[in-house]
Amino acid sequence: MDKLADPDYVKGKLIKFINCRLLRNHKLVEDYLLILDGVIQDPQVVFWDHLRRPDIYVDCKGGIISPGYIDIQLNGSIGYDFSSDLDDIQEAVDNVSKAQLLMGVTSYCPTMVSSPSEKYHQILPFLGPRAGSIENGAEIIGAHVEGPFINPEKKGAHDMRVLRDAKNGINDFYDCYGKDNLIKYVKYATVASEIPGVMDSIEQLIEETGIVVSQGHSLATVQQAETAFNKGIHLVTHMYNAMATFHQRDPGIVGMLGSPHRDLFYGIICDGIHVYPNSAKIAYYAHPRGAVLVTDAMCAQCLANGDYNLGDMSVQVKDGSVYITGTETIAGSVADMSECVKKFVKFTNATKIEALEAATLHPAQALKIEHKKGTLNHFADADLLILDDDLSIKRIFISGVEATKDSVKFHSKFQDKK
Amino acid sequence: MRLVIRDDPVAAAFYTANYVKRRILEFAPTAEKPFVLGLPTGSSPINIYKYLVEFNKAGELSFEHVVTFNMDEYVGIPRDHPESYHTFMYNHLFKHIDIKPENINILNGNAEELDKECLAYEDKIKSFGGIEMFLGGIGPDGHIAFNEPGSSMKSRTRVKTLAYETVLANARFFGGDVNKVPKLALTVGVGTVMSAREVVIIITGAHKAIALYKCIEEGINHMWTVSSIQMHPSAMIVCDEDSTLELHVKTVRYFKSIEQVQEELIGRENIGLKGSISSLSKMNFTNKYV
Repeated sequence: MDKLADPDYVKGKLIKFINCRLLRNHKLVEDYLLILDGVIQDPQVVFWDHLRRPDIYVDCKGGIISPGYIDIQLNGSIGYDFSSDLDDIQEAVDNVSKAQLLMGVTSYCPTMVSSPSEKYHQILPFLGPRAGSIENGAEIIGAHVEGPFINPEKKGAHDMRVLRDAKNGINDFYDCYGKDNLIKYVKYATVASEIPGVMDSIEQLIEETGIVVSQGHSLATVQQAETAFNKGIHLVTHMYNAMATFHQRDPGIVGMLGSPHRDLFYGIICDGIHVYPNSAKIAYYAHPRGAVLVTDAMCAQCLANGDYNLGDMSVQVKDGSVYITGTETIAGSVADMSECVKKFVKFTNATKIEALEAATLHPAQALKIEHKKGTLNHFADADLLILDDDLSIKRIFISGVEATKDSVKFHSKFQDKK
Repeated sequence: MRLVIRDDPVAAAFYTANYVKRRILEFAPTAEKPFVLGLPTGSSPINIYKYLVEFNKAGELSFEHVVTFNMDEYVGIPRDHPESYHTFMYNHLFKHIDIKPENINILNGNAEELDKECLAYEDKIKSFGGIEMFLGGIGPDGHIAFNEPGSSMKSRTRVKTLAYETVLANARFFGGDVNKVPKLALTVGVGTVMSAREVVIIITGAHKAIALYKCIEEGINHMWTVSSIQMHPSAMIVCDEDSTLELHVKTVRYFKSIEQVQEELIGRENIGLKGSISSLSKMNFTNKYV
């Protein structure tokens, strides 16, 4: 096994990445990166105060070092689904986390679609924050609960029967998810602000639980979206998808792209299927610093070509797309974050820097974790990717340890089927 | 004193860096007998450091047994301030090379007792048996380190108030705000530099032509502190053509002819690094001019 993939070997060792460009302060700068015990170091402190020279050198061969990708919306992968795999949820979390890690996603938010209350109580405890490592796989930032306080008319693939309103205010939220679950396990929730009781609960929900709130699956008018923003919803869930279409007099949530708010963030599924490339470009040009790339991938992500039974759905995976068996209907996203980053550059003419930041810095800012994640700043976690100039991933490090196919073993739910 | 003239600043830096390399290699430093090198900051040495880094990366020169003493540091700005000399040295040289951090000495401008810090610095230099080679730059007013015009030629390491001109000149590094520029610095003295067994000064650019002229063609004068180099037994100035603008043609030709004679008549292989002619018998006397 590669020594850098051995946590015991790298423990206490000062690792210097050389021959690289760092994504730092919106620039690619030629510099070194120093890490120790999973944390990016302030090189001058190491040098002048600790009088230390590096123990290990990693030659990046001229590559780019980026923070690891962050996917804040992932429903499942390799056959596992976070919303339905009740019986093997721990197995699902463990395997998906590792699969994500090997795809360069070093932290993510496992996402539950609208579910009945008891499911939240059963599943959320398994989706709470968990550190990343080569044993655990990608870091879990905390769960994303998408719904059920969303608009039935924009339910997407969510189950109509479990959608609800919040006429009793904050108590409906606590009744649905459990207040403790929100505090302990949930990082953010997607709601539709026009659903009765939601708008008036937002501030209290944020204040009492510390979660981030996003708006989506919604028919909010632009005024409603603006009011929601002012109450603390600074994030939009998959821009364009499951919301009112753009109209010049009422552009809806899409119209928030034209708002003057610099601290607005919007998820965007940049797979070229869920959002037409031109739309991605429009969003990017309107508000480049707010773009947050999400895969919104479901259980068929990473599955080999073939037929599968996912929940009560029969699907066929064929060359990177997943169809309901026997039809041409797309059954969900199987996007891979690395591909989304490349497509973002292609669709929008964004620079490499901007595309990488849309998969690293912006999601971290949207979830208010940029002190630890999404940057190469001193004292941030050493979750790193080494990329070539085509933005193909060459090497992956989690918490300062290299993740390789040999060091990170996982299996898909359909191991036998392949 | 030797004066080496090169076409442009890059060539002058390349010469100087090569010279430093050859001196260190010839010295063959060990842990017990390290090479003690005095170092400057400023625009002049940047290219020299760039070449030294290249030599180090190419494996041609190791700093494993090199001990360094820097000339100066501002008082009262954080060590990691972008304009601190710690940051300068770290970014231009130290982070790129294999030097041991414990072998580096830079005055601490945030020391509780600045005078003590300066005395300790001199003692530390002494403890290594003095500085083998002090590399330096020069200001347009002929200053070396922060030894502004009027500094004692015998001065040692101490706290120094910066000249108004220096403060104005430095304002560009502090957002154009004169009030943000440190007014005090710790600096080695002229005497500290001149106590080194060898002094090498790099001077480039037309704006330093008057300083070069004042320092080598006129008398020793504390208003041009680098002029003290005239009394040093083993000193060399490396400059570019532009900086010789104020020199007499005679001066420039003389120093160029020295190199020419050495190259063409004596042969580089017969000349020691510091210009000594090592072996008369090996010289090529067939040349008609000798």
